[in-house]
Amino acid sequence: MSSPNSRLPAVATLALGLVAAATALVFFFAPLDADQGLSQKIFYFHVPIALTAYGCFGWGAWRALVHLWKREPGADLESYVAIHQGVIFGALTLLTGSIWARASWGVWWTWSSNQLVLFLVLFLFYCAYFMLRFSVDAGPQRANFSAVYALFGVALIPVSFLAIRLASDFIHPTVFTSAGPQMSGKMFFTFCVCLAAMLSLAATFYAVELSGKRLDVRLRELREALA
Amino acid sequence: MSYTRDVGALARKDFLLELRARDTLPAMLLFVIATFVVFHFALPSGSSDLASNGLLWVAILFTALLGLGRAFVPEREQGVLDGLVLAPCDRSAIWLAKSLAVLGFLAAVEVVALPAFAIFFSGIDGTTVAAVALADLGICAVGTFLAAMAAAGRARELLLPLLFLPLAIPIVVGGVGASVVADGGRYLAFLALYDAVFAIICWASFEYVVTE
Repeated sequence: MSSPNSRLPAVATLALGLVAAATALVFFFAPLDADQGLSQKIFYFHVPIALTAYGCFGWGAWRALVHLWKREPGADLESYVAIHQGVIFGALTLLTGSIWARASWGVWWTWSSNQLVLFLVLFLFYCAYFMLRFSVDAGPQRANFSAVYALFGVALIPVSFLAIRLASDFIHPTVFTSAGPQMSGKMFFTFCVCLAAMLSLAATFYAVELSGKRLDVRLRELREALA
Repeated sequence: MSYTRDVGALARKDFLLELRARDTLPAMLLFVIATFVVFHFALPSGSSDLASNGLLWVAILFTALLGLGRAFVPEREQGVLDGLVLAPCDRSAIWLAKSLAVLGFLAAVEVVALPAFAIFFSGIDGTTVAAVALADLGICAVGTFLAAMAAAGRARELLLPLLFLPLAIPIVVGGVGASVVADGGRYLAFLALYDAVFAIICWASFEYVVTE
């Protein structure tokens, strides 16, 4: 496995370019929405951020599985960092979703928006992940607990989604249906660039945090060796 | 066959311990009745029966949490868990037996609590009873698993509700749905799905909670 440090400049440059391109596309290329006007533009940030958060949680669960299954060293740390990024992007999803709800429905929070409620549940769940992780001393047991709890998370996402669908009436705008995206080509292209931008941004943060955390671990090992 | 024998022996140990010490069941009973009284005063007069039906689920959840918080106390105090892990049995038997014991306690409490609820608030239909039974399975499976993890952490009593409540939200959705909607069949199916998914995950991964 190549060191994340060697890939970092490339990923960071890519993220910078894509975020700049995405912002430009959102404001100058994508057409104004017929119904919602300017406030619809937050869609290009809100939805990619939400998908990126899912991606981070998924990657975290995958590394957790690798840890339990293959006992790969470092997988525990990678899982933790991915979930940390997921929680940051999840918080941003709640924030942008709340702003969007205010702009288009006139309220800061609505329980009938399934995605927002789902993200609140996931946010609480993954905050508890950190409580669990920090209440157990570092070591194999902590790694196991974290990994198992992360696996609970990927089971909770579809189950909660189903639960919230069952529970609420449906007023959240459904952009993606089984009939394909309900957007014009220009909008869809902008959306894809935004998604790529957010994913590369998350990858950059992930690489930065991971290298920092690895350095911490290495430093602690060296200190223990010296002591 | 030895697996079921192990589970039986471990669950019997928990019931026997409770029969002798009686420190969990009376507390849970008292708690659930006290909760009902609190709910009576929390609901303004003129609230619909639907509101009290929703609160029934809150009472069940928190009563279960009270029992789950005690579940691994005997194991922790005497270092029993180390002995159980060393014993030549499948580790998931420890989880299954403890879940059965907690399920037994919770069911015993509900035998009293559901009629009490029917007397205090409103009648309970068959769908609600079925939903309670299905929800109990999920609560005990997931709750016991998390209690085992929380017991190893520093902030034991604090940690369990934080870990458990986000995972219990789908149970509340299914349970409340089944007891307030006229045709609750799909909510019961959802609860059964929840039980199956999380029971399999707990059963498969419990080994990692007790070993390193």
